[in-house]
Amino acid sequence: MTSLPATRLNDSAVRIVSLYPDLLGTYGDGGNALVLSRRLEWRGIAVEHITVDAGEPVPDSADLYLVGGGEDGPQVQATRELEQSRGLHRAVDNGAVVLAICAGMQILGHRFPDANGTSRPGLGLLDCETIRVDRPRAVGELLTTSAQLTTPEGIIELGQLTGFENHAGRTIPGSRSQTLSAVEVGEGNGDGTEGVITGKIVGTYLHGPALARNP
Amino acid sequence: MTAAPNPASATGRAKSLRPRARLAVAAGRFVAWASRVVQFGTGSVIGGRVSLLIDRNLLSELTASRDVVIVSATNGKTTTTKLLSSALGTSRPIVSNWLGANMTPGIVAALASANATDTAVLEVDERWVDSVLRATNANTVVLLNLSRDQLDRTQEVRKLAEQWRIALETTPPRTVVANADDPLVTWAALAAPNVVWVGTGQEWTADAAGCPACSGRIDFTDAGWACTACALRRPSVDVTLANGAIAINGRTMSGELALPGRVNRVNAAFALAAASAMGTDLDQAFDGLDDVREIAGRYRVAQFCDTRIRLLLAKNPAGWHEALELLEGPSTPLIIAINARIADGHDPSWLWDVAYERMGQRFVVAIGERRHDLAVRFRYGNINHIVADDLESAIKLVRQSPAYDPTMPIDVASNYTAFQDHLERVGGVL
Repeated sequence: MTSLPATRLNDSAVRIVSLYPDLLGTYGDGGNALVLSRRLEWRGIAVEHITVDAGEPVPDSADLYLVGGGEDGPQVQATRELEQSRGLHRAVDNGAVVLAICAGMQILGHRFPDANGTSRPGLGLLDCETIRVDRPRAVGELLTTSAQLTTPEGIIELGQLTGFENHAGRTIPGSRSQTLSAVEVGEGNGDGTEGVITGKIVGTYLHGPALARNP
Repeated sequence: MTAAPNPASATGRAKSLRPRARLAVAAGRFVAWASRVVQFGTGSVIGGRVSLLIDRNLLSELTASRDVVIVSATNGKTTTTKLLSSALGTSRPIVSNWLGANMTPGIVAALASANATDTAVLEVDERWVDSVLRATNANTVVLLNLSRDQLDRTQEVRKLAEQWRIALETTPPRTVVANADDPLVTWAALAAPNVVWVGTGQEWTADAAGCPACSGRIDFTDAGWACTACALRRPSVDVTLANGAIAINGRTMSGELALPGRVNRVNAAFALAAASAMGTDLDQAFDGLDDVREIAGRYRVAQFCDTRIRLLLAKNPAGWHEALELLEGPSTPLIIAINARIADGHDPSWLWDVAYERMGQRFVVAIGERRHDLAVRFRYGNINHIVADDLESAIKLVRQSPAYDPTMPIDVASNYTAFQDHLERVGGVL
């Protein structure tokens, strides 16, 4: 895994950025980067994987950004730094794909609860809002019904998705977003749906990591 | 055949207790004995539970007239408890919950059969520090580290740090021995009036980048760590570890230790710091450390299927980080076993937080109930591996490998319940 400044990004390779794994990497979600990198390599596609720790500049010209799960405190710090940097915002404007897991999904939305349950502004990239609800934390296996993705190029069938969820918040998808799937076993967003998709940004509560359990 | 508990000796040991507590102890001992007779287990936890049903305050009573030291952490608490017991044991009688039952029932069971004034060296589960400290008024508390482990049960590591901090505020011990290289532990320990800071250079920092005090970002440098937003920073340390030698109270203790690896030097530094804080002579305490050869079967070399195997335990990413120090050198094949039962955490996604790539081209046989999860992790890590159904077939596969060296025991590295299974299989007695 390399860590390169934005100006030296390789032009021909697929560029994958793992964002702040030191703040948002408690749950094995770093595996998503490894899975993507290997699968691209196996298909003969060059890949460049860049790990950006908190405090480092966020490149805005990569193809794919991965944001993992984290605890309530660190997720506030990650939001603060991403808001200041605006690198991820510019990348999304440039058409980059983002996969955000759990806390990653929450902070990309309009609002999310901090460690004290106080609602804080998120990055506003994903059209959803996460609120604290008075019920036990959702911890356990999560299974969805067959997932379908509606894209400008047509409908993509993803099949059933599995993972492990561990979160307290309830996520309400906005009108500009679609959900990833419906919940068959587990909690998901909290309203029977799972995941939020706005444009090319995909958020989900599936740990596992998601891409290892759902190749 | 297990001997029946002797009621006379039980009451003799417990004669300073109130009648209710005496009854509780006797009932617990009887249930533990019955549990052993029907080969249900060691009986210590169920016996302790029965005792506590009869007398809720039994732990307070059992510790009223003894010195108590608590050892807690995500990793290293069993080892450090054993090392500290051995170090203190050179100068005074001690009792400890060596069977590994580290919540109140197991602790009660361990203390019920000891003399009322023996010093209690207690391994305490991270989540039970608060209640055990309150019940025992322990005068020394040793806090080693906090990192991700069984997140389906503990959820957030920071919440544990907060519980510790409140516990130390509510029931301040005379001395806390704490890890200055772990920001979460440091923040918790700063609530105590008197801290011996141990700085051994913690390599696993992945759970501590977010400041527990202010949610700011912690900056790690070779010299230490500091929050970029508030005043929390690495305290100046009293005990250090450099090139395997422990510097303490102006002395440098550099003798051999029977336990392998850097991580056990770290555990030894904490044990020595605690023993010294509790008044044990340093040379005497250090001699005691060397008497510890294995911890509840860990590092044990055993004969199984006509083959020598070495049992290693690693149960979470920080533990694997240390275990890989032993596993990244050799080129012989090894066996890795992963389960995901309650005591392991039901979700094995943490396997992706372990840098198994450090094993290089070593051939690995994956076993355990979650062997296929492990195999997927290995596949993406380009690790040379195969899946086997059980320990016997894994050993067979290792022995068929051209890289197998019959002069060396085969390493079998397992997480918690897989390790317990293997220990039982090789006839290990805890």
